[in-house]
Amino acid sequence: MEFDADNLSATELRLGLPGTSSSDGVTKKPSPSVGAKRALDDTRTETSGTGPAADADDQDAAAAPATKAQVVGWPPVRAYRKNTFQAAAVAAKKKAEQQGGLYVKVSMDGAPYLRKVDLKMYKGYRELREALDALFTNSVSAAAAAEGGDHQHALAYEDKDGDLMLVGDVPWDMFISSCKKLRIMKGSEAR
Amino acid sequence: MSTPHSSSTSSAPHRASPPQIPESLTLAATASSGSPSSSSASGMRDAAEDDSDSPPSQMSEDDPGGGGGGGGGGDRWEPDLRGGNGGTGRWAPPDQVLENVLESVLEFLTAARDRNAASLVCRSWYRAEAQTRRELFIGNCYAVSPRRAVERFGGLRSVVLKGKPRFADFSLVPYGWGAYVSPWVAALGPAYPRLERICLKRMTVSDDDLDLVAKSFPLFRELSLVCCDGFSTAGLATIAGRCRHLCVLDLIEDYVEDEEDELVDWISRFPESNTSLESLVFDCVSVPFNFEALEALVARSPALRRLRVNHHVSVEQLRRLMARAPQLTHFGTGAFRSEAAPGGGLSVTELATSFAASRSLICLSGFRDVNPEYLPAIYPVCAKLTSLNFSFASLTAEELKPVIRNCINLRTFWVLDTVGDEGLRAVADTCSDLRELRVFPLDASEDSEGSVSDVGLQAISEGCPKLESILYFCQRMTNAAVIAMSKNCPDLVVFRLCIMGRHRPDRITGEPMDDGFGAIVMNCKKLTRLSVSGLLTDKAFAYIGKYGKLIKTLSVAFAGNSDMSLQYIFEGCTKLQKLEVRDSPFSDKGLLSGMNYFYNMRFLWMNSCRLTTRGCKDVAQQMQNLVVEVIKDHSDDEGEAEIVDKLYLYRSLAGPRNDAPPFVTLL
Repeated sequence: MEFDADNLSATELRLGLPGTSSSDGVTKKPSPSVGAKRALDDTRTETSGTGPAADADDQDAAAAPATKAQVVGWPPVRAYRKNTFQAAAVAAKKKAEQQGGLYVKVSMDGAPYLRKVDLKMYKGYRELREALDALFTNSVSAAAAAEGGDHQHALAYEDKDGDLMLVGDVPWDMFISSCKKLRIMKGSEAR
Repeated sequence: MSTPHSSSTSSAPHRASPPQIPESLTLAATASSGSPSSSSASGMRDAAEDDSDSPPSQMSEDDPGGGGGGGGGGDRWEPDLRGGNGGTGRWAPPDQVLENVLESVLEFLTAARDRNAASLVCRSWYRAEAQTRRELFIGNCYAVSPRRAVERFGGLRSVVLKGKPRFADFSLVPYGWGAYVSPWVAALGPAYPRLERICLKRMTVSDDDLDLVAKSFPLFRELSLVCCDGFSTAGLATIAGRCRHLCVLDLIEDYVEDEEDELVDWISRFPESNTSLESLVFDCVSVPFNFEALEALVARSPALRRLRVNHHVSVEQLRRLMARAPQLTHFGTGAFRSEAAPGGGLSVTELATSFAASRSLICLSGFRDVNPEYLPAIYPVCAKLTSLNFSFASLTAEELKPVIRNCINLRTFWVLDTVGDEGLRAVADTCSDLRELRVFPLDASEDSEGSVSDVGLQAISEGCPKLESILYFCQRMTNAAVIAMSKNCPDLVVFRLCIMGRHRPDRITGEPMDDGFGAIVMNCKKLTRLSVSGLLTDKAFAYIGKYGKLIKTLSVAFAGNSDMSLQYIFEGCTKLQKLEVRDSPFSDKGLLSGMNYFYNMRFLWMNSCRLTTRGCKDVAQQMQNLVVEVIKDHSDDEGEAEIVDKLYLYRSLAGPRNDAPPFVTLL
């Protein structure tokens, strides 16, 4: 169970239908035909002018390219209905996560086993650090005693791309949506 | 709107009119003629006697071709309303008396088709019909100008107008395209002070328009807005406040524009005394409203039968409403969820008691955010329900089954595909009287899983043989299931199958879906509306042209191989009125094959096909009474002027419209 950024991006106002990502190789044409109030109207998207090109003499059109572009207004469901479920689907997902919690593994260098924390329980970085301190207080002392080195520990996390990032750079909400794993690093390594 | 009334040919020579009423009118001279219906003869007699003192009017001109001969004035007029026994040459010219008589008779004609036919008989029938028509239906607001409509019809009480083409619902028509009701309201206001009813579909209605409606029509009773936009709660407030005789306010799938901080408490604006409200539908007005005001309004509306609230209504509030209006027949239930924390709130039993007390309920809808635990509350009314709309409730088969099991009299059922084939089987097992089924997708995207398939369709066809109308969204379908439905449900009038993935073949055989749709047009002899999908070749359209003789509306998407498909359609579907095509490989040649048929149709829409400006101009030049619109998305300013992305053409007496935005080119 992941709370991935795709959910967030589903509600993001951007050019393209929900479900498409910017990695689609189809040019998007912004359409100023949509009034400012019609944010959920999916008039703006890839032009369906690519439709006939893709369909050209296509007897085996069933074998369409893997990154098939979504077309405007297909399937033919009225915006009224689509919008209702878009809102409800996002709300449902949010609610599911709220109930499920957002547990990530926390590893500490040198500690024999990992812990898990629910990121939703904390309102910000400070609370998270305090909680981690409380969780790992024994390991810290043991490690410090063994190493004899300084007690500085850096808190890092692995994001959804797999990169190791320093905790604290981005706003809290963005952090919890992209954090997959936490890692408490020894002072010497952190530098 | 009736087919364009061609201007009459030569005028008949004036004939002298006898100053008194011809005897034949007052006596049973009918015996000498064939066998006209006695009721009409007596009707005329009564009318004739009433008008015995009216002075003869100016002579009317008759079309020579109209039901009688040319020839000199006769002295015997035979009241044979069957007309046209071809030129007996012996009938008196009509006069004022006849017109009054005709008007009395024509009052009985209500169907637009009958009236249109009557109006073509001759000039005097045309005039009489024009004075007595009470409801005007205009299927394309640009087909005729408001002025012309007002000039023709003298005593309208009800106007129905349709605006944008249907594909506007799917974001294919850019914002600002048109279909403004303003010029209509401006024309209707002075002309019909007794107007009672306005129904609009896919039109842009501003708050000012609503204001003008409220001001212009003191006897106004019914306002119905379907898929409209442009108005806000402020406009609703004006209607509620000023239309003291309002019976019906139906807002259905409109886009109501409201800024959160500009909301108007429109419900409080209804008259404080008892109202005449019979129907109040506002589930699409998605902003919060004053519930206490609604409860009070319901309490003082003894005639209220239909009430559909928006999702801001909890079951606790629902109960209060039902207590005030136990006579409701149609009920839209809002969220169907408790506002209280889990554990608290209304119990199912209490809610069930409320439903049990509503003995007249036959139609339920709403369930916008349904808590399935509350569903059992509707069991007391299920057996009497004829219509149930669960299409906003994502229920599983398990949640649906216990409910549907009780709905033995259901005729209309709308549902989400979350119930799956299993849920549909449960419907088929119980609802043997079902006439209309709509299965909507929860996830309306091409790559969605799709929870219903050919299995569900087959089950429905086996359990619901009286089915007349079906709309079915799925991802997997087989020809066999469609063929089965064509055989099991011969009464089908509307068949709309949407296989969401484009160009999907039969999931078992891999064949195109030609045979399935072919069977539908072959076996369903009453079919008037068809929407096709899936992998389709020209063969499917050959079938449609050959067998679809009653089809009036046809929707085509991602289908066909060549222009032959269009040719088959135009040449075969003789009753075709509305053709919508998208993303299909049809070129100018296909378009031109329809030239002889465009005047018989209300409109043709084609987008993302292979049309060029050349071809569209050809059509425009050859057909004078067609308006040919080429619509661009705004961003298409540069280049590609040859390719036409969106074509919308329609017959019109009004000529090219003068309110077209810059992205519409009228050829």
